[in-house]
Amino acid sequence: MELQLLLLFMLSAAVVAVEVEDLLSSVIAVGAVGLGLSLAFLILKAPDLAITQLVVEILCLIILIRATINKDLPLIKDGRWFFNTTSTLLFIALFLIFSYFALKELPPFGSPIMRVAKEYIEQGLKKTGAANIVAAIILDFRGYDTLGEATILFTAVMGVLAIIRRVGRINER
Amino acid sequence: MIEYILCFALFCIGLYCILRKRNIIKIVVGLGIIEYAVNLFFVLIGYRTHGRAPILAKDQVISNMVDPIPQALVLTSIVIGLGVTALIVAIAIRIYEKYGTFDITKIRRLKG
Amino acid sequence: MKGEKEKGMTLIVKTVTRLTVGLILLYGIYIVLHGHLTPGGGFAGGVIIALSFIQLMLAFGKEMALKKLSQLAASVLESLGAIMFLSIAVLGFMGGYFFFNFFLQKGKPFDLFSAGIIPLCNIAISLKVGAGLFAIFVALTLFKESEKE
Repeated sequence: MELQLLLLFMLSAAVVAVEVEDLLSSVIAVGAVGLGLSLAFLILKAPDLAITQLVVEILCLIILIRATINKDLPLIKDGRWFFNTTSTLLFIALFLIFSYFALKELPPFGSPIMRVAKEYIEQGLKKTGAANIVAAIILDFRGYDTLGEATILFTAVMGVLAIIRRVGRINER
Repeated sequence: MIEYILCFALFCIGLYCILRKRNIIKIVVGLGIIEYAVNLFFVLIGYRTHGRAPILAKDQVISNMVDPIPQALVLTSIVIGLGVTALIVAIAIRIYEKYGTFDITKIRRLKG
Repeated sequence: MKGEKEKGMTLIVKTVTRLTVGLILLYGIYIVLHGHLTPGGGFAGGVIIALSFIQLMLAFGKEMALKKLSQLAASVLESLGAIMFLSIAVLGFMGGYFFFNFFLQKGKPFDLFSAGIIPLCNIAISLKVGAGLFAIFVALTLFKESEKE
């Protein structure tokens, strides 16, 4: 019951973030969606994810506000917007209808099929010696995925430093 | 079942924002909303009613834990989403410095 | 007429930052080191360590923060973390297969020095994530300040 109310709050905050015209207000509304998501992770019994989502949300807000605080630009509506909007809404309605038929094939909410996870939970403490099973999974049973994630973060940092750099530009202003 | 529908509605709001808005920062906001919806969907699949968090305690025998594998996948996905957002914001700052505007329709017309 | 230009934020923010920035760094290190016993792990702890340095930069201006951790040191620390993680993985080849744990024993459960190579991997990942995110933030704000002039 609390989960559904929290999801409704996140939906209304997302609608506010999309429709308001001021850029600073929409960034703050996205922050509200992220904090609601952190609470939803806590209700769904995932404490690792709640801590990580909270601090990553704060950092994302700082980067977005810091980069856009001087450049407030309102949105402009051009001509031919009626046709564009109705075709987008039609496509989204079609997507929702097909996804409803696909969602009926999933196991019902609250009873997952845990075939691989049953073995990880029973053998986790004996094979790795760690009490936190999620940490044992990402660093011992599936360490290869963590190596891939470290590579992606490295590439993202290289990309930002390469884009921002001013090499060989003469300041003639 | 209704939680899945609400999660997909959140995804569709983000999709509408990416398709219809003209400001680059609004597109980044839409991308963030899509990423929250996908992470939430993964964790919703692995939830067990009246389950417990996947951490062992010292002198208890816990028999009904929630599924820990989707949580392990989402943990790295959250930090990767932060890296992608930082990269897009860096590109947007460079675009503003070169063209003087955040409007994506004007960026296509000014060549060179 | 140019008055004196105050770097950073007001006096209240500076005083509170002096009191809390050490505690935030200590909390981040605690979450990294106990990653195999309580929720948290390397990713969350690394982001918290980066947040403590970012708070120092926001409250005091960028010269003071760059004195504590310069941009070159952040790049070196990030590469060091990545190399440490990769070498722990490759050293497993000497025992059998990838990520094999042969040089640290498992120990008693629920102890701080248990669980083999998992604490070392957590420390390597936290160095990488923390230094990388701080380098991103420094690059974005230095660009903005040099463009404003």
